[in-house]
Amino acid sequence: MVENRPWANLIAHIVLISGVALVAFPVYVAIVASTHSLSGLLQGTLPLLPGGHGIENYTRMWQSGVSNAGAPPAAQMLWNSFIMAMAITVGKLSISLLSAFAIVYFRFRFRMFFFWIIFVTLMLPVEVRIIPTFQVAADLKMLNSFAGLSIPLIASATATFLFRQFFMTIPEEMLEAARVDGAGPLKFFKDILMPLSVTNIAALFVIMFIYGWNQYLWPLIITTDPDYYTIVMGIQRMTSEENPQWQLVMAAVVMAALPPVLVILFMQRLFVKGLTETEK
Amino acid sequence: MASITLEGLKKTYSGDVHAVKGIDLQIEDGEFVVLVGPSGCGKSTLLRMVAGLETITEGTLKIGDRVVNKLEPAERDIAMVFQNYALYPHMTVYNNLAYGLKNRGFKKDDIEKRVRIAAKMLEIEEFLERKPRKLSGGQRQRVAMGRALVREPAAFLFDEPLSNLDAKLRVQMRVEIKQLQRRLKTTSLYVTHDQLEAMTLGDRLVVLNAGQIEQVGTPMEIYARPASMFVAGFIGSPAMNMLPVDYLNEQGANGLLDNLPDGTDTVGIRPDDMHLATPAAPHLIVDSTLALFEAAGAESHLYVTLADSDQPTVIRVSGQPPVAEGETLRFFVTRDALHPFNSTTGKRTGD
Amino acid sequence: MQTKRMTYPGRFLPYALLAPQVIVTLIFFIWPAGQALYQSLLREDAFGLKTTFVGLENFARLFRDGSYLNSLSVTAVFAIGTTLLSMTVALLMASTVNRMIRSRSTYTTLLVWPYAIAPALAGVLWWFIFNPSIGIVPYMLEMVGYRWNHRNSGSDAMLLVIFAAAWKQISYNFLFFLAGLQSIPQSLIEAASIDGASPTKRFWTIIFPLLTPTTFFLLVVNVVYAMFDTFAIIHATTAGGPAQATNILVYKVYADGFVGLNLGSSAAQSVILMVIVVALTMIQFRFIERRVNY
Repeated sequence: MVENRPWANLIAHIVLISGVALVAFPVYVAIVASTHSLSGLLQGTLPLLPGGHGIENYTRMWQSGVSNAGAPPAAQMLWNSFIMAMAITVGKLSISLLSAFAIVYFRFRFRMFFFWIIFVTLMLPVEVRIIPTFQVAADLKMLNSFAGLSIPLIASATATFLFRQFFMTIPEEMLEAARVDGAGPLKFFKDILMPLSVTNIAALFVIMFIYGWNQYLWPLIITTDPDYYTIVMGIQRMTSEENPQWQLVMAAVVMAALPPVLVILFMQRLFVKGLTETEK
Repeated sequence: MASITLEGLKKTYSGDVHAVKGIDLQIEDGEFVVLVGPSGCGKSTLLRMVAGLETITEGTLKIGDRVVNKLEPAERDIAMVFQNYALYPHMTVYNNLAYGLKNRGFKKDDIEKRVRIAAKMLEIEEFLERKPRKLSGGQRQRVAMGRALVREPAAFLFDEPLSNLDAKLRVQMRVEIKQLQRRLKTTSLYVTHDQLEAMTLGDRLVVLNAGQIEQVGTPMEIYARPASMFVAGFIGSPAMNMLPVDYLNEQGANGLLDNLPDGTDTVGIRPDDMHLATPAAPHLIVDSTLALFEAAGAESHLYVTLADSDQPTVIRVSGQPPVAEGETLRFFVTRDALHPFNSTTGKRTGD
Repeated sequence: MQTKRMTYPGRFLPYALLAPQVIVTLIFFIWPAGQALYQSLLREDAFGLKTTFVGLENFARLFRDGSYLNSLSVTAVFAIGTTLLSMTVALLMASTVNRMIRSRSTYTTLLVWPYAIAPALAGVLWWFIFNPSIGIVPYMLEMVGYRWNHRNSGSDAMLLVIFAAAWKQISYNFLFFLAGLQSIPQSLIEAASIDGASPTKRFWTIIFPLLTPTTFFLLVVNVVYAMFDTFAIIHATTAGGPAQATNILVYKVYADGFVGLNLGSSAAQSVILMVIVVALTMIQFRFIERRVNY
């Protein structure tokens, strides 16, 4: 369209640049703060330019953490976060693929009943049933373990419905051809269905990984042993102190945010697909 | 290779939907049989029952001497070519052809040999390493055929395999399928709604209507002696004209219609049997007005309005006669061109 | 619900395939939800030795309890504030980005990444820049004569958590608005401009009405987000304070149950929250179904 409004474009860019700046500002401040010494931060107002203590702060956070605040080294918490996020992601994807396969490609008794059981999980976020769920995990001796951190979170109605929807769009003839070609159910799943779902799996992987990495409440209540702290919840231990060591807190925040942000930046196309198709 | 025997095959869907209402049919070893009929006549369902993709509600299905009612598709020793080809999009052409053989535990070099032979036969050798989406419609069609060929099955089942191709390619592939089947002599069952495809491909046609067989016969038998008004209307294009006997008598039939079989109240006349020139044999004379002239190159179709009637009628003549729309036309029909029917039963009368 | 036209016969296999999902769901979702329901009808004595069945008494108490009623209104303010702020900024960004051609994907990238930041981290980030003694924003506010202190002022604390919650959600809303805008046929906008509508007028008379489905969908999603996914923001920053000014419902369930050990009341609160989620999920699903038919 011909639009002869040179100033309109300028205004648009100004609006967007301020938006981007506003969105980036808190993180910028965090990065700056993580490069100063604590005394530098407490001098009066927060400096707006990076200081010279970055390497020192990150090394200290990475190697030793803040022991008097009960925060283990960031390296270990990042590793714990990674294990938890991967376990949740892989768990969610596998059990959802299997359930969607059962629901779409089989006819069996109580099919609708099972479908509803899975559907119900949508309506029971962990936040609303936190105490009884904690009790179950405690009874099953899952406190302070990676199984406890991940297994209770791997049921996924969203992923199941997404795969179900995707399977429904695969032409009927694909299964028929495979059966004429002598493929049983598991062979069909492995040789045809999984390869066809690769893009969907990857898109969901991005979303689920971020979901898993960012878990907070569940790790908070199920871990009391610092060996199992994840980075996102570990940071809270450091801020709840009387006088937080802000330079270390911010170094930890930057390290905690980096993996999922990198995932989004490098897999933006998959991320957008995953997000808009799961509709939450 | 084997014969296929259908005995009283029925398909009833949940509730009371009778898709196939009892089909008896014997397909000989090496024969090419075409199931033809309008959409919804049950022809695809019947084919899928033979393939094992639909369960059989009632009746017996034999491939060779084996009753296969309860067998998995893969155990029936058949191969199928699907309407949308159903190629595995993530596999190369080679793997598409090889998949069925791998699943059956064929040896690697045996698979290799079979795929090469089929690919050569279908002229798709150069595409073997490509994925299906890189192929044109015609090439995909060949791959779908290839997948059936490599198996060397007892029977080929074709489910409207040409309907996704453009007109020109469709004619070309039709010829190739026919030649291929002649060479391999594999029993084939082919479903189509296109009567021309059916006529040109089949050793025998099975005309289906509303889940039942209307007529079985060679293409020429069916064309020459359609057993019902339905078949008469379905096979041949333009369709056969149907004129009431009473009307023809009023127009002056010269006693030509006096000895029609009992019960005849309608006669069918093929558009090519209505002549503009007076024939030597005894004939009917009908007057009409030319409503529309359609030149189709080697032949022309004349859409006429009959005198004292609103019956739409088509005449086919070769070349382009010097006639103008609105002109009065007189045409002539000989006795042997009349197909006698009873409009209540819809059946051919006399025999 | 449909399956494929042809399915595999299954006596045992489909159940085996479903088993992992169903077992996890039963153990960690259905059973605890049932427990919550059951406990909401019981009352424990002060020593946790004796429990008695009290019927709906726990619910009745809640609605007589000033702190619960306060939590309801705090949640409402928080949810509405977060939703409106986040959606407004996101819509402004999306509609501006949408008119860009070459720079569109760059701006999109620069706006989507906060989605990856955990709510807890978002809380800590904003807590830090608004820190009354060393934060940069209170310093600037002081220059215009406002003394910011979210440790004493309930409204400052509420604003802080709204900022943090809205900030994190901008990316999500932005992506959906952008997708919605891109699905509006260009020809409609061209027709409107031939009809002489100015860009502003085009936005309010053509674009905004056509975005209604997206807007409505996002409204529901944002309310759900603000009510349930923001526990971490509150917990990592204000801990519900000062003086319960930011004590939203999900935080209160946790605080009363885990910290206050008032199981009956906490369970009753859980049940009320479940009813709210069920209602919101129903709205969302009915609406999505309608959108499919558009």
